[in-house]
Amino acid sequence: MKGMTEIVKTISRLLAGLIFFYGIYIVVFGHLTPGGGFAGGVIISVAFILLIVANGIDDKKISRGKDKAGFVESSGILLFWAISIVGLCMGTYFFLNFLGKGKPLNIFSAGIIPLCNIAIGAEVSAALCCVLIAFILVKKGDKK
Amino acid sequence: MFIFLILLMILMIIGAIIAIQSKDLLSAAISAGIVGFSLTMVFLVLQAPDLAIVQIVVETLTLIILIAAILKTTREESKVKKSAVVIYCGVGAVILLAILLLFLADTSKELPGFGCPNLRMSEVYIEQGLKKTGAANLVASVILDFRGYDTLGEAAVLFTAVMGVLAVLRREGRKK
Repeated sequence: MKGMTEIVKTISRLLAGLIFFYGIYIVVFGHLTPGGGFAGGVIISVAFILLIVANGIDDKKISRGKDKAGFVESSGILLFWAISIVGLCMGTYFFLNFLGKGKPLNIFSAGIIPLCNIAIGAEVSAALCCVLIAFILVKKGDKK
Repeated sequence: MFIFLILLMILMIIGAIIAIQSKDLLSAAISAGIVGFSLTMVFLVLQAPDLAIVQIVVETLTLIILIAAILKTTREESKVKKSAVVIYCGVGAVILLAILLLFLADTSKELPGFGCPNLRMSEVYIEQGLKKTGAANLVASVILDFRGYDTLGEAAVLFTAVMGVLAVLRREGRKK
């Protein structure tokens, strides 16, 4: 995939970090402010997609990136499932809030909700990256 | 504020009609974008920032993908011949909509007014959400604690969809 002009590359390099950290903020503060795993995950994936589209990337590198994104996606949903099943293992019900609730409005509060948000964020962000990379790769495969 | 809401909804309906009727695919995609971004503003007016964040991000991403696909392929709509089947389908749809509207008009008398719901379950969530889960954001406490099953299902749906995309668009193991 070919990149764009130098202006686009420079500006996207400056902006991608900001977008990435904004996404992380949305995910981590999901239990305190509006947002959460789904919205933050999409914002994180937009940072990666911006870099890929603006700078361009060669075939081998992006193929390795697809494997990594698939790994992150699978481990994200596995982590979410594992958190939800801990309640069953402790002899109570599914989706038990087994951690302490903490003080309200603190970042370490609400038990398993921040952990679930992080798991969903990893899953969603890697899933959207995976789809974009699959589209880029299939276009190249058809040209050969 | 209510007038602003009605104006936004009229804009959304106009955008949807243009998106369906337009012959140029690029303007159809942009009209579909009008619907999505107006929906973001509707969510903001109705004070639902969680939904507004998701809506604006997803709308931007899908619009970019749609426009990229249109620029790569073609801007012209593929022509479909109008046959008798299309007319029959149209008549059937109109009859179905009329029956549906009849039932909806009957039930809408018993519904609570716009913007003032009286649901017993959600009252418990609103009053005891902070006490029971400790999450300050009520939406997070609902989707990840009271309604955790739904969120697990949604994440599984997304995972399955990506697996399907990767399986369809794979390069290895394909017949040449």
